[in-house]
Amino acid sequence: MELTSEERAILAGERGEAQRRALEYQLEVGRFWGAKRFVPVTSVHMMGDIEVMGDGGLAWLKAEADLGARCRVATTTNARCIDFAHCDRLGQDAGEVAKERELIATLRRMDVVTTDTCINYQTVYQPHLGEHVAWGDTGTVIYANSVFGARSNFESGPAALAAALTGRTPEYGFHLDEHRRATFAVQLNAELKDLADWGAVGKLVGESHQDYFAVPVFHGFHRSPTADELKHLGAALASYGSMGMYHFIGVTPEAPSGTEHLSEKISVNEKDIERVYARYDLGDGNGRLVVFSGPQQSLLEMKRLADLFQNKRISSDTSCFVTTNSAVLAQSRDLGYAQALEQAGATILQGVCFYILQNLSPMREKNGWSNMVSNSAKIVNIIGAHRFNTILRRTADCVEIACTGRLK
Amino acid sequence: MHRTIEVSRAYGPVVEGEALVSEEGFSPRYDLDRWSGLITKPGHRLEGMSIVDKICFFPTAKGGIAAGWAFYDIKWKKIAPKAFVFGVTNPVMVQGAIFAGIPITAGWSPQPRGVVKTGDRVRVDPARKLIEVLS
Repeated sequence: MELTSEERAILAGERGEAQRRALEYQLEVGRFWGAKRFVPVTSVHMMGDIEVMGDGGLAWLKAEADLGARCRVATTTNARCIDFAHCDRLGQDAGEVAKERELIATLRRMDVVTTDTCINYQTVYQPHLGEHVAWGDTGTVIYANSVFGARSNFESGPAALAAALTGRTPEYGFHLDEHRRATFAVQLNAELKDLADWGAVGKLVGESHQDYFAVPVFHGFHRSPTADELKHLGAALASYGSMGMYHFIGVTPEAPSGTEHLSEKISVNEKDIERVYARYDLGDGNGRLVVFSGPQQSLLEMKRLADLFQNKRISSDTSCFVTTNSAVLAQSRDLGYAQALEQAGATILQGVCFYILQNLSPMREKNGWSNMVSNSAKIVNIIGAHRFNTILRRTADCVEIACTGRLK
Repeated sequence: MHRTIEVSRAYGPVVEGEALVSEEGFSPRYDLDRWSGLITKPGHRLEGMSIVDKICFFPTAKGGIAAGWAFYDIKWKKIAPKAFVFGVTNPVMVQGAIFAGIPITAGWSPQPRGVVKTGDRVRVDPARKLIEVLS
């Protein structure tokens, strides 16, 4: 790779051992992908919690902090695995809770802003067209690339942290024009009235095109989609297809003007969406676990849920979880949405995502949960290793299932 | 007959081990029990199989930023595979494998089907971008 004098100075150890190691690591990643150089980044969003990192990751992080590792650019954190207000009730391990506190303190020592959110793009930082950033989770990356026209690869925790320390990232993948062009077209011939429908589109398109470098361009939709709809579409594309970018004609800034130049053209029709819902195995039909999470809820999603749960009561046999970040939760309290959800019997978790909750498998067994119902196609996909039987349903259907405790 | 697969991109030292060949993609978060090294996602084509000390062939990578820490975590727990051989992969798998010091390759010609099967002994040579079936 071509290195600047600053990068050579970092490699020579002139900016400290932590930066030197970080750049050495980034060089290996860059070489693998054939990157020619590094690009400066302005924003880093990293995943780091005890559930994903484990003891080894925490030990490594503490050693880095002791070496003097400090962020050179604004660095925020993704959703984590413990909500300290609910960990006892959820039966999370006290030892792991203590480690999570230690981990957060270590990140703060390194100047990381622990926002604990996977919807930073809705609540913390909105990069502009062409801005290079280093983000993870995948839902944040696909939103940054697609909706903002910013430039990021999927940056895992160690890679994002390295970018935070050096202020740069290898230039490959979505930092380059050549990977940002549409590779196939998707005509949308469906109403897509609910967020779950958008996730279903992401599932259909992602599952059939599992490739990080596949870039769909959507067209033909009858109205302008909302931010939350694009969020669920992107989260599902990234989850099912490992995709990092999409275009939407008339909506996203780098969309092509037409689709004539693309050889592969598919469509998503109303019946395809209905088929997605029809294909889930309902098990014994129990609705004992309903989850609104993955991604965390925006303020407008909180309002919608509060409206739907108004004057209703969640079945006594059912656990219903809603996850969001601290900022949205504070505003939801000011506006009364949080109280409405809690009065209905929902548990609102702050700063976490349901699927990375520490101790989730034992929690499932202890509570006798088998089915997990959600309006998020992403979480329905990613929670499999915890052996849930997962079912995607529209938001209002999820609310009804939570209140009756039964699936239809 | 000397059976080989050429790969497009590669990282790490030469390793030899037993092949585990999957027809389905992989995520250490979606599919793997990260305490036993067993693939536990219901319905995964390798459900119940162990990746520990194997040379794992996967056609695709699935989702997941968290995989970046997961490889280091399973290496720390001594349940990591010896190498990952991907058809198509994504940056997270590569970042995670390099961070954990696990050899990884991407892109293959020809496809493993018909060349290597689960249980074969194989050598991954990242510098030569070559995978050899030894027996």
